[in-house]
Amino acid sequence: MTYKTYIEFRKSLFEKTTLLVDVVKEFLQNIEKHKDLNVFLEVYSQEALDQAVIIQEKINLGSAGKLAGMVIGIKDVLAYKNHGLQSGSNILEGFKSQFTATAIQRLIDEDAIIIGRQNCDEFAMGSSNENSAFGPTLNFADKTRVPGGSSGASAVAVQANLCHASIGSDTGGSVRQPAGFCGVVGLKPSYSRISRWGLAAYASSFDCIGPITHCVEDAALLLEIMAGNDDYDSTVSQIPVDSYSEISKSDKKYTIGYFEDALNSEGLASEVKDLTQKKIEELIALGHTLVPLSFPRMKYLLPTYYILTMAEASSNLARYDGIRYGLRTKNAGSLEELYKKSRGEGFGKEVKKRIMLGTFILSADYYDAYYTKAQRVRRLIQEETNAFFKQVDFIISPTTPTPAFKIGAKSDNPMEMFLADIFTVHANVVGLPSISIPNGETVDGLPVGFQILGTEFEEKKMLEFALNIQKIDF
Amino acid sequence: MNIDIETIKKISHLARLELKPEEEQQMSSDFAKILDWMDQLNELDTSNVEPLMHMHQGVNVFRKDIAKNELTKAEGLFNAPQKNEDYFMVPKVKE
Repeated sequence: MTYKTYIEFRKSLFEKTTLLVDVVKEFLQNIEKHKDLNVFLEVYSQEALDQAVIIQEKINLGSAGKLAGMVIGIKDVLAYKNHGLQSGSNILEGFKSQFTATAIQRLIDEDAIIIGRQNCDEFAMGSSNENSAFGPTLNFADKTRVPGGSSGASAVAVQANLCHASIGSDTGGSVRQPAGFCGVVGLKPSYSRISRWGLAAYASSFDCIGPITHCVEDAALLLEIMAGNDDYDSTVSQIPVDSYSEISKSDKKYTIGYFEDALNSEGLASEVKDLTQKKIEELIALGHTLVPLSFPRMKYLLPTYYILTMAEASSNLARYDGIRYGLRTKNAGSLEELYKKSRGEGFGKEVKKRIMLGTFILSADYYDAYYTKAQRVRRLIQEETNAFFKQVDFIISPTTPTPAFKIGAKSDNPMEMFLADIFTVHANVVGLPSISIPNGETVDGLPVGFQILGTEFEEKKMLEFALNIQKIDF
Repeated sequence: MNIDIETIKKISHLARLELKPEEEQQMSSDFAKILDWMDQLNELDTSNVEPLMHMHQGVNVFRKDIAKNELTKAEGLFNAPQKNEDYFMVPKVKE
């Protein structure tokens, strides 16, 4: 059985040419077979099989929900009641969620099947999935390479056919960057489009939940189900949710911008550059107007992003105190020692570094020099980006400057790892929606992603454009 | 910027995060590199730019103040590493 889109799969379920329980069994077999990829931290085998029977019954009765039988894996930062949640960290050892994230509940309410939770960089901090307490996840296209991060395993799960779709989170590219490295679709909606209730917080003014899928159609459908207002998140947008799933192919012509300097920069791998240029030529041939844009401030995106996210992270991760949940040191005499040692023993290297830098940035002597400064630059970049969108409908780029790199290749130099997010981080700094779609492979068979940046709450327009230009190889 | 071990110790106290001596060394060298890189932002004149503090354009959303008690005491205490029937337990605070 080859899966193309959920709509097609759904048809086969309703026509009874496919039995749901067989589909779930096949995924469970695939998960077992590809255990070496280190994708799932926990597989809910029996529950998934039980759900398959219940949902099959609903299909037979004609009462099945909009996602009936869609088998979904969730990144280990999303709460699912009575199921484990560790954010890829030892500090949440043994933690079980007491409630379900709104985004996940909405999928369950539409009869999706949650098949397990997926490995990720600890607290979603990383670009390679190597920062997990559970070890790295391997890229299915080349097992010596990283899948990207932080939702690396969520991307591999779709790439290696271990589930129909995954739900990840994107703070600086953590859905799109691994989607690019793994040849699948990754969508980051506008900031505040999806409720963050039940998402383990990393950097609250950047964090977005987003789907990783085989195709644009499925990403649109999942966004439609997950998005919208929620009593449990007062920061979620009240703007009505568009019917994203109703996107269709059109020959609408757009004005599309791209950053010329970025395409000619030294750090861009030649094959990535060639594939991106080929795509640009295709777009011109389709009748779109391509506009080169100059964005000299692009180099300030990453420092701005890291100052603000480290500051927010140091504050958000203060809750891990060894008292209310998770790991607690066995070597504490006093309360202060209990905090310090539990956190020292529980957090991994990258998380410690970000908590430390964030604490430094927020300390009285340096607050204005770093934190306030970065907030000012964030506004400058937002204004400049808005000005670009007065001229163009979308801004395109490669998703990443290089294809997936070797495991261990960038562990020594902290800034080199940061550069993997150079193109994706823009959307999070300014709060705009963005999607990564596959754009071919290198001669060595490594996937390359193509990224589209759209305007706030105009996901439908962006998804329709992505649908028009996506190419899918099966 | 040079960040000495004393500063690292001060920050790790503020963050209530115990570091091993070798972690402090590593942190000190990483801090220097990363802060120098972050200092790039000083190339930009932002004297007339207001800090961007909220990504969210919307107004505050109110809902009726109805107590729901969705988390029972048992559920609230469920994940605690040390507890009794009613409380989270910590080492003795008062002598």
